[in-house]
Amino acid sequence: MSDSAYTLAELLICAGSEAWRGDGEVLATGIGLLPRLAASLSMLSSNPDLMMTDSEAYLLSEPNPVGGRGADFRPKYETWMGFSRIFDNVWGGKRHAMVGPTQIDRFGQANISCIGDPAKPKAQMLGVRGFPGNSISHANSFFVPSHNTRVFKAGECDMVCSIGYNPARLPKGYSLDEVDIRLVVSDLCVMDFGGLDHQIRLRSLHPGITAEKVQENTSFPVFVPDDVVTTPAPTEAQLAIIRRMDPHNLRSRELKDNPPGDRR
Amino acid sequence: MDKTMSSADVVGRLQSGMTIGIGGWGPRRKPMALVREILRSDLKDLTVVAYGGADVGMLCAAGKIRKLVFAFVSLDFIPLEPYFRLARQAGSIETMEIDEGMFLLGLRAAAQRLPFLPTRVGLGTDVLARNPQIKTIVSPYADGRELVAMPALDLDAALLHVERADARGVCQVSGPDHYMDDVMARAAKETFVSCDELVDSSFFADPARAREVFWERAETTGVVHIPGGAHPSSCSPMYGFDTAHFKAYAASAGEENGWQAYMEKFVAGGEAHYQQQVGGLDAIRALPLPTY
Repeated sequence: MSDSAYTLAELLICAGSEAWRGDGEVLATGIGLLPRLAASLSMLSSNPDLMMTDSEAYLLSEPNPVGGRGADFRPKYETWMGFSRIFDNVWGGKRHAMVGPTQIDRFGQANISCIGDPAKPKAQMLGVRGFPGNSISHANSFFVPSHNTRVFKAGECDMVCSIGYNPARLPKGYSLDEVDIRLVVSDLCVMDFGGLDHQIRLRSLHPGITAEKVQENTSFPVFVPDDVVTTPAPTEAQLAIIRRMDPHNLRSRELKDNPPGDRR
Repeated sequence: MDKTMSSADVVGRLQSGMTIGIGGWGPRRKPMALVREILRSDLKDLTVVAYGGADVGMLCAAGKIRKLVFAFVSLDFIPLEPYFRLARQAGSIETMEIDEGMFLLGLRAAAQRLPFLPTRVGLGTDVLARNPQIKTIVSPYADGRELVAMPALDLDAALLHVERADARGVCQVSGPDHYMDDVMARAAKETFVSCDELVDSSFFADPARAREVFWERAETTGVVHIPGGAHPSSCSPMYGFDTAHFKAYAASAGEENGWQAYMEKFVAGGEAHYQQQVGGLDAIRALPLPTY
């Protein structure tokens, strides 16, 4: 196995972990297996000051590996963090979550509640959960395992669960600059909302993916700057941490057919 | 003082049309035996307020819910609650869909006997557009900012499950999280708590145990001793949730007359019959705790 034989899941974990670089002491929450591994990787490499929970009720001084952990495993607890305290943290703003919306629109508004008319949805999903509070309180990044025009949809989300850069919805006395959407990590690329007037902007393309392909799979215009780079391949050190945090290789089951990271 | 009663006594104190809070979170520490007692009753047109799991799904399936106040309904490892989905997609229940934290603020407002609590949460989202009854206000101070006035979620009754309680209503949650159960108890006119073990008051004499009590006994109206009463949800650290049972329950939603079959097999025959059908109390108490 050569150094370049990394999987797409591993590439996305590494690209996602960049979201927390430079954040300092905030609670990193990665919803779903790959975002959780991305947060774990960041805490063990690019940002050791991060805080993370055990996905239940405690902060850990070192992230727990995912999956079964054996009878003798002892989590490194440091602080009780039940759900009521999570909201204390959220509203104080010292958090950066990476979440997986079902729909994202051109304003960066996101939906996990339902598809279709919310009065009688075609497909009911989870509900708005904590999206409204997260989006108005702290930094958020998005993880999209399948980049397509249904996720990056035309118009607005069917149920707008999180505030984005939509002037028409901006509450009185607020500025769009207070909305803090960071990275959008998909299976094709990394984007942000750093274009003119918060337009979605391409930052890096995964190896073998073109800007045209990204645009074809996005229902609204993506700003493509001149300096788009290729998403860096995972380093050996990063892969070693990922293997330690995911000893059962659960990551291999997250993306359909577990594709290679380099699709050239 | 003796607040012990039966689950039938609890349901006897509830009425159709009431607003009922159900404690726990998703598949965790739900007062499921009390929910089953409601399923067997004539109660209807309930407004249910819950961080929902199978409690909400079952009450939807049985047609008990007129209106649901929710932020999510999920079994966690089965992300989409099957009977809740069916009810929503049929448009058969009214909803007030709000953020998880707004939900907490609504309960806190009720607990503090306030009409609302201000928050930024909900601004800019369809939570406001879909709930015109939720108003915004403008800060009376120099910032002049718009804020959501999250209305109080006043509950006629709250149903909770804990590990241990005494007859006076002192309740212990030694598991990792008491969720919002304490606020729910305070937000309700009457709070009924089922417990896995009924203990003597001396149990709480140890300050370490007293630290595991999150609301005062004055907030507890009734105590129902139902060992295993959270099943199929978890009651950590006593038992985990029953993944096999939840899978069969979820599968039943895709089968013809699936809910009636579930009701007949598990619910209709009473709680003793239920426990027999799921393998008995020893089997419940042996369910492993989940790994997150």
